[in-house]
Amino acid sequence: MIGAAALVLGVVLGLIIQPTVPAGLEPYLPIAVVAALDALFGGLRAALDRAFDDKVFVVSFVANVLVAALIVFLGDQLGVGGQLTTAVVVVLGIRIFANAAAIRRHLFGA
Amino acid sequence: MSTSTRGRLRLRILLRPRGTRAQLVVALLCGLLGFALVTQVHNSTSATSRRTARPEDLVRILDDLSSRSDRLRAEIDTLRATRDRLASGQDSGSAALAETQRRATVLGILAGTIPASGPGITITVRDPQSTVRADALLGAVEELRDAGAEALQLSGVGGPAVRLVASTALLDAPGGGVLAGSTRLRPPYRLLAIGDPATLRAAMRIPGGVVDTVAASPGADATITVSNATSVAALQALPRPRYARPAGAS
Repeated sequence: MIGAAALVLGVVLGLIIQPTVPAGLEPYLPIAVVAALDALFGGLRAALDRAFDDKVFVVSFVANVLVAALIVFLGDQLGVGGQLTTAVVVVLGIRIFANAAAIRRHLFGA
Repeated sequence: MSTSTRGRLRLRILLRPRGTRAQLVVALLCGLLGFALVTQVHNSTSATSRRTARPEDLVRILDDLSSRSDRLRAEIDTLRATRDRLASGQDSGSAALAETQRRATVLGILAGTIPASGPGITITVRDPQSTVRADALLGAVEELRDAGAEALQLSGVGGPAVRLVASTALLDAPGGGVLAGSTRLRPPYRLLAIGDPATLRAAMRIPGGVVDTVAASPGADATITVSNATSVAALQALPRPRYARPAGAS
């Protein structure tokens, strides 16, 4: 509940402040957002599985974001940043889909 | 209890607020996610910065833009060609219109359907005894045409002024005077001619010419006045051909 409210609050804050992304963070922000979304869906699924743990969620959230950003950073250094970004997005997208399917099964039984 | 009802029950339990510290951290992360999400959406829609984009992205963007500009340039060429074609069509159209109008003016003066004015002479023929015959006037008209008169008008007593055109006949009227076309005129006559005044006057005054011929008639004489603004205002109605039609355009 608090999490959902905080999510909405964050969206509203972002809409109000409309911050500009620092140039150095610009390639990593979209990947970080997708990674965080993955962690969020994972957490929701775990909660419905009665396997939710605050610590695990926080660690997985932060680790997801950092690893995703690190992969993209590494790719940029190696000159394959675009391809690695796509790869990360594909992998995270598949995971989000899988988690969403599990959540759907929990909520609708189908 | 089915799986889905259990799932919804659990969701309701999840939505119940619990104020532990770990929950607050989770909430913080969720808020951060929302904030970052909106920021990224805003950033990518505004698309302000090419500055930090990767080289390959920039190359792709450049390719897109250059192929688009090629397409647009081709379109510009096509449209420009169309415009030139239309403009030249309009030009030749208006040139043809101007030429046609000029021709209509020339023909109108020649046919006597539009009034004319310009330098010319006026010949006044006084003939109290009505002895000047139509052929003397006809001689004067032909002499004036030879001398380059462009518009001619004959007026007298007893009728309106008559524009003299190619088809106008001059006849002796029974009982004196002349018939100009279908109008009967009595002396004194005034013959107006538009053309080079010096040439016209010389043509009238050559020995044995019009002036001499008129003077040979008893009691008659002809005087010539030169004017820079002779006005030939009488009009000739344009006859509509009853049988003839323009050939070629079926």
